[in-house]
Amino acid sequence: MSRPRERRTNRPTRWWSGAGLAAMAALPVLVLGVFFVLPVAGMVGRGFFSSGSLDVGGVLEVLGRPRVHRVVWFTVWSSTAATALTVGLGLPVTYVLHRLRFPGRRLLRGFVLMPFVMPTVVVGVAFRTLLTPTGLLGGLHLDGTPVAIIAAMVFFNLAVVVRTVGALWEGVDRRREEAAAALGASPVQVLRTVTLPALLPGIVAAAGIVFLFCATSFGIVLTLGGLRYSTVETEIYLLTTQFLDLRAASALSVLQLVVVALLLYVAQRTGSGDPQVLDRTAERESSRRPRRGDASAVLVTAVVLLFLAAPLGTLVLRSLHRGGGWTLANYRALTTRGEGGALLVPVSQALDNSWRVAVDATLLAMVLGILVAAVVSARPGGRLGRRALAVLDGVFMLPLGVSAVTLGFGFLITLDRPPLDLRSSAYLVPIAQALVALPLVVRTLAPVLRSVDPRQRQAAASLGASPVRVALTVDLPALWRPLLAATGFAFAVSLGEFGATSFLARPERPTLPVEIYQLVSRPGEQNVGMALAASVVLGVLTAGVMVLVERLRTPPVGRW
Amino acid sequence: MSTSLRRAALAAATASIAMVSACAVGGGAGSDATSAARAKTVVVATHDSWAMSKSVLKQFTARTGYSVRVQPNGDVGQLTNKLVLTKGSPIADMTYGIDNTFASRAVDEGVLATYRPGRQAASATAYRLHDPAEAAALTPVDYGDVCVNADDVWFRKHHLAPPRTLDDLLRPAYKNLFVTPGAATSSPGLAFLLATIARYGDGWPAYWQKLMANGTKLTSGWSDAYDVDFTAGGGHGDRPLVLSYASSPPFTIPKGGDRPTTSSLLQTCFRQVEYAGVLKGAADPAGAKAFIDFMTQKAFQRELPDNMYVYPVDDRVALPTLWKKYAQTAAHPFTVPPATIAKNRDRWLRQWGDITSR
Repeated sequence: MSRPRERRTNRPTRWWSGAGLAAMAALPVLVLGVFFVLPVAGMVGRGFFSSGSLDVGGVLEVLGRPRVHRVVWFTVWSSTAATALTVGLGLPVTYVLHRLRFPGRRLLRGFVLMPFVMPTVVVGVAFRTLLTPTGLLGGLHLDGTPVAIIAAMVFFNLAVVVRTVGALWEGVDRRREEAAAALGASPVQVLRTVTLPALLPGIVAAAGIVFLFCATSFGIVLTLGGLRYSTVETEIYLLTTQFLDLRAASALSVLQLVVVALLLYVAQRTGSGDPQVLDRTAERESSRRPRRGDASAVLVTAVVLLFLAAPLGTLVLRSLHRGGGWTLANYRALTTRGEGGALLVPVSQALDNSWRVAVDATLLAMVLGILVAAVVSARPGGRLGRRALAVLDGVFMLPLGVSAVTLGFGFLITLDRPPLDLRSSAYLVPIAQALVALPLVVRTLAPVLRSVDPRQRQAAASLGASPVRVALTVDLPALWRPLLAATGFAFAVSLGEFGATSFLARPERPTLPVEIYQLVSRPGEQNVGMALAASVVLGVLTAGVMVLVERLRTPPVGRW
Repeated sequence: MSTSLRRAALAAATASIAMVSACAVGGGAGSDATSAARAKTVVVATHDSWAMSKSVLKQFTARTGYSVRVQPNGDVGQLTNKLVLTKGSPIADMTYGIDNTFASRAVDEGVLATYRPGRQAASATAYRLHDPAEAAALTPVDYGDVCVNADDVWFRKHHLAPPRTLDDLLRPAYKNLFVTPGAATSSPGLAFLLATIARYGDGWPAYWQKLMANGTKLTSGWSDAYDVDFTAGGGHGDRPLVLSYASSPPFTIPKGGDRPTTSSLLQTCFRQVEYAGVLKGAADPAGAKAFIDFMTQKAFQRELPDNMYVYPVDDRVALPTLWKKYAQTAAHPFTVPPATIAKNRDRWLRQWGDITSR
């Protein structure tokens, strides 16, 4: 590898110097402090100070309960298994969709993203329609088993791996792999010694995100587990919303935070301790037509795509069905307020709201994400500086690891008086969604930024380029594709977000997932049909946006 | 909080708000909740099942000058707990939808101010809470029966008589036929647990053990049970018995037909009564009181069945024709006193969780 030996090259350039970094980090840190740390601390504080004084013994008692141990163990093993599967299946799919050239590739990339935005309630219905004894896959007897839960986790999160790793993989120069092969390395050796090391930061970033999504998923655990399995997240939900046992909920929230912090620490050690400098290349050279050697990857991809298509297909079929016949009535009804006026505003209007909120949330997530990614991918000289950046990097992942219920209730009890009387503010929804999208943006951009050879920036600077010009000519060409990928991703996160949004959305301005949830929980065949149709629209819309974003891709500005 | 910290928080808020406003090009986030508009608005914290026709709400505005802003907050449990957590800084002026399973918690936690409308239909007194403190704070608006529903077509096809009572559900003939939402995650699920507690008293755990042994399936929510597992639901499942409402059958009248394909088992019902109340510390208690008055009047009561699928407490209001025929309520529904529920709910739910998760 071409990792520079000289100490000099690891020293910061003037642009990345400490003060500048701190200034860039200030805004994201402030937003995170007000809209994440404050509410969560407020909620956890309520539980700890239950009777006016700090009650550590009570909290420890909760953590000693056998039920809590069971719950933690199930959370850890199911999320680990789901993460391993998602990464294992996701990498071949990423390879096929981002390194091979074939017709329809862009459509498939959009398709892979569809599950990611599907509302959990509806996917739960789709999965269970397949898995109940009368369903297509009823013979497998998977309804109400951990297998069903894990399968749904993989279904939702595959897009994270394909997107995050794909953005990095596309930029990797194929010639290095070909050189290794020419020197006699077997395909497996090439994969192990050349390709995977180059992708490792991206893979670790994706795995971290997937794990957090899995560990905090609660809709699918309740729906598909038939109430027999509990995760830390479902437990916090029940303790808060049903038992009002804030002490126990707080204890579990703290446990969640500690586990997430530990996980991030481990990921930090494996993933980005030794940033790889990559030779970059234009897409034209990085992808090629499939060959015989790609057969196994193509086969895995085909199977995975079928696995994604089955529940989606169920949804589409059921959305086209009403009163025993085939019809588009469910789609036509989307301009109404549902059977018996189930909704406050028609679905079409909710779609419009979703769209507007998504634009705001995406912009916010991108502004914050670029700042954070630029800061955390800097290479400060001192050990302390590196530590500080590592901590900062982890801190922005935390919103993914904390229960939406804790955060939602926290908003209610902390942002309720001046100067922060924001409880009923319409801004909260895009802000909350941006916080969820932020880690994905950072994790898409940071590995790429770290892989840019610092000597290029130094060379440009020494030739007299201003910092802005350095960013434009060195960083932007490498970052162009990942930026688009991250934008699309943030957009998708916003369109699909339900947990925090359901707490914060103002009733007269619901988003599409919020309305879908309302429709599903009300009687009437039309309401259910409308919920399914609205989900299909949501999925197709998201996939469509992704395909369009891909079209925006222009050849990189500069080459070297 | 120290002064410097507070100043920092203020700066943070200002900075983030400034930034957010700057990038809100989508234009969807414009805040219009100004204090002037709020002065004549009643904010109602309710559950997700709220629905009311716009014309009725317009009538209220025409009569009183107040407009209504509805704020759905999850299910009844979530609604109640949100109100408890925001006590002293209430999220609304009044609440509607707290039922007899959560009434005591709301009253005990001191969330509600006392208010009782001047005149309410004579029939409404039957739905008042018995505890004086509770009755003073909560006004009954409507009720509904949570009952086991049967797919009559399925039973006819299988030459089997549908069950009639809770005892019947334990019979081997009905093995693997019943699906119900869980008591911990669903309010109808909790109502069914309470029905069994009312029926069997301390013997309810034994009943549930037998019920589970007879192949009862649990789902997380009502829609999951009805739309996926129920044979007469949209998912064409494999279970002809589902926990639902007394008002569900009319929804299963097939296109072109005139009779429902399902019926509710009226000896299995738990009665839920829904209440309205003024929140302590409300910004506009007068508006809240005006809307509670309005909710008990005929114009509003009449609209309840078609909008929220519940029965008005005012029996002078005519029910929809199909309801009179196919959505009768139980003559002797099961009930448990709210205070008893409040005292035991957590213990019951934990015990229930232990039994059902094996």
